[in-house]
Amino acid sequence: MGIFKRFFDKLKYTFKRTELNDDFYDELESILVSSDMGVEQALDIMDELRITCKKKLIKDTENAQNELKQILIDRLDAEEVEFNYPLIITVVGVNGVGKTTSIAKMTKFFQNKKKSVLLAAGDTFRAAATEQLSNWADKLKVKIVKQGEGADSASVVFDAITSMKAKNYDVLIVDTAGRLHTKTNLMKELEKINNIVNREYPEAQKLNLIVLDASIGQNSIAQVKAFKDTVNIDGIVLTKLDGTAKGGVVYPIINELQVPIIFTGFGEKVDDLDVFDKTSFVEKILM
Amino acid sequence: MALFSSLSERLNHIFSKMTKHGKLTALEIKEAMREIRVALLEADVNFSVAKDFIAKVSELAVGEEILKSLTPTQQVIKIVRDNLIELMGGENQKLNVSPKPPTVIMMCGLQGSGKTTMCGKLALKLKKEGKKPLLVACDIYRPAAIDQLKVLGKSIQIDVFERGTQNPVKTCKEAVAYAEKFSLDTVIIDTAGRLQIDEKLMQELKEIKRAINPTEILLVIDAMIGQEAVAVSTAFNDALDVSGVVLTKIDGDTRGGAALSIRSVIGKPIKFVGVGEKLTDIEPFYPDRMASRILGMGDVLTLIDKAQEAMDEKTAKEMERKFKENSFDLNDYIEQVNSLKKMGGLKSVLSMMPGISGKLKQIEDQIDEKKLERNKAIIQSMTPKERANPDIINGSRRQRIAKGAGVEVSDVNLLIKQFNQSKEMMKMMKNPKAYGGKMAMIRKLMGN
Repeated sequence: MGIFKRFFDKLKYTFKRTELNDDFYDELESILVSSDMGVEQALDIMDELRITCKKKLIKDTENAQNELKQILIDRLDAEEVEFNYPLIITVVGVNGVGKTTSIAKMTKFFQNKKKSVLLAAGDTFRAAATEQLSNWADKLKVKIVKQGEGADSASVVFDAITSMKAKNYDVLIVDTAGRLHTKTNLMKELEKINNIVNREYPEAQKLNLIVLDASIGQNSIAQVKAFKDTVNIDGIVLTKLDGTAKGGVVYPIINELQVPIIFTGFGEKVDDLDVFDKTSFVEKILM
Repeated sequence: MALFSSLSERLNHIFSKMTKHGKLTALEIKEAMREIRVALLEADVNFSVAKDFIAKVSELAVGEEILKSLTPTQQVIKIVRDNLIELMGGENQKLNVSPKPPTVIMMCGLQGSGKTTMCGKLALKLKKEGKKPLLVACDIYRPAAIDQLKVLGKSIQIDVFERGTQNPVKTCKEAVAYAEKFSLDTVIIDTAGRLQIDEKLMQELKEIKRAINPTEILLVIDAMIGQEAVAVSTAFNDALDVSGVVLTKIDGDTRGGAALSIRSVIGKPIKFVGVGEKLTDIEPFYPDRMASRILGMGDVLTLIDKAQEAMDEKTAKEMERKFKENSFDLNDYIEQVNSLKKMGGLKSVLSMMPGISGKLKQIEDQIDEKKLERNKAIIQSMTPKERANPDIINGSRRQRIAKGAGVEVSDVNLLIKQFNQSKEMMKMMKNPKAYGGKMAMIRKLMGN
């Protein structure tokens, strides 16, 4: 417990100090790095804070904290994504980040907007993945297009788009098999799904969303990079923010890869999804 | 991704400015440790853990003699690596077995850490070792989690005990009684994933523990976990006094600093690692390999292990001699392709090389394992004489070989051309000066 207690004591006192000395910046670094944003980002943000404080002649920690908050918010700036219908969302990500649960939540989100939603069970790889999504579909009273385990996921997607067009659904959400981004054959399958979506419904808006688990560290950067090399990635769904994880790894992702966060997930219930809010995200990091 | 080469380079840079060998000075250590700290943090080692580790290692390193055989950079990395290994538990630790069967193994962890899959892997491993395992489905919260375990169990022919969404504590008790009745010697319990701050669900785990008194309580953690590793492992250990840790998803490109964080915070051994999607993809945890990985040094030890399995020492020595004498022929080429295959194929070998794993995706398209197979077929269609002395392969021989291997004559031509080129290359490597020095040689190779 030693490390842990010391850590929280630090957080508490950092902003109670009055002087902007080295201790202040050291402790600041610990807060930033502990959010998983990486050393490079943390040092860069601290440099920016130093310069800002110097420029604005800020000498006390309280004002410095406000400046820091603003810097952290500004760094989350990214192009906003608008939803147009018909809309096809393909959900990708590595194993265990919460893809299926996020799909259920997004379904509810669009239902709340009075949109009709169709699901495609494109994870034909993991045992019982289709059952898991079917369970959600039953609960949410939406239709799901599925085939058996081991079926060709691209053909599931093809069926789903046919059905979407025939019955004028507003939104199609496609589940895909979780894959470590280092598995090239599974990444190729994703490319195939993407090609089918583009070919079969050119007039629909398409979004590829990557689901990231807030408790994962620097590897999330590699994940987004690898998926981005294969298909276009339009946004992030950041899950599991109901724990103590802060998800600071999105800083280098937004900064280097320009992929915006669209939704945040914070629980297992279908309503536990928010449209990304920069201010509350930053407040959690500084909490 | 910071690779070993970059850490070495940065350290080399520091020492090149200062050291005249002799002893490592406090200032040098301080600068070097700053780089090591960054490397650890980039590998997701917890901030506080990294800080404590660096403080400890700095103390050890100051005044240390530079061994004659090592450069200061190597020396520092050795000190760091040795300490990482020591901290992560030295030797690999085995699973505890209950003197009175059944041995009960309880798996717990966050959502999505890979518990259910790991239950299947562990069950299969134990079954192969002659045990009779029973899987118990206790995740009554995630939709279809029970189905998932049932599908896994069926695929490896291991019974899955389930009572639907009945209270998991009751299910566990019944499962242990069931195992006793049918003489199943190992019970593996798949519990629901939960956040460590979810008091109600953490209470449920405590009740399961009290009810069945497991032999092993294994905390399953995703190797990619970030700074959270400390909070998560501390909370689970405080609640359950876990007996060990299983790291999953280590087959990705994560550096896995979590291993160090967890081990130094809760002091419990890491017993297994999950290394892939197949149910056979489970391995014991090796602290030395993990240390190299955290420092970005690649998994050279695994590679060496695999190479040793694939090629006996005598063959290796013989091969080395042939390389040196440049008497490498097409028979040897086949031997190489075969050993490579035994080691899991070219891709798998490359992925374990230091400095390559991160770049594997880029070079993957250029690797064509099928081509190796085709070349093998071509060589196998040659007579022993032709293999030993490819120069005798004339036009009509080429046609015969192509027919035998089911390829075009041009494929045979290409293989022979490539073989001659690589012989040429070996000659150059032996004596770069004769070819206008190393740079000229590299240019020539690039041009080819």
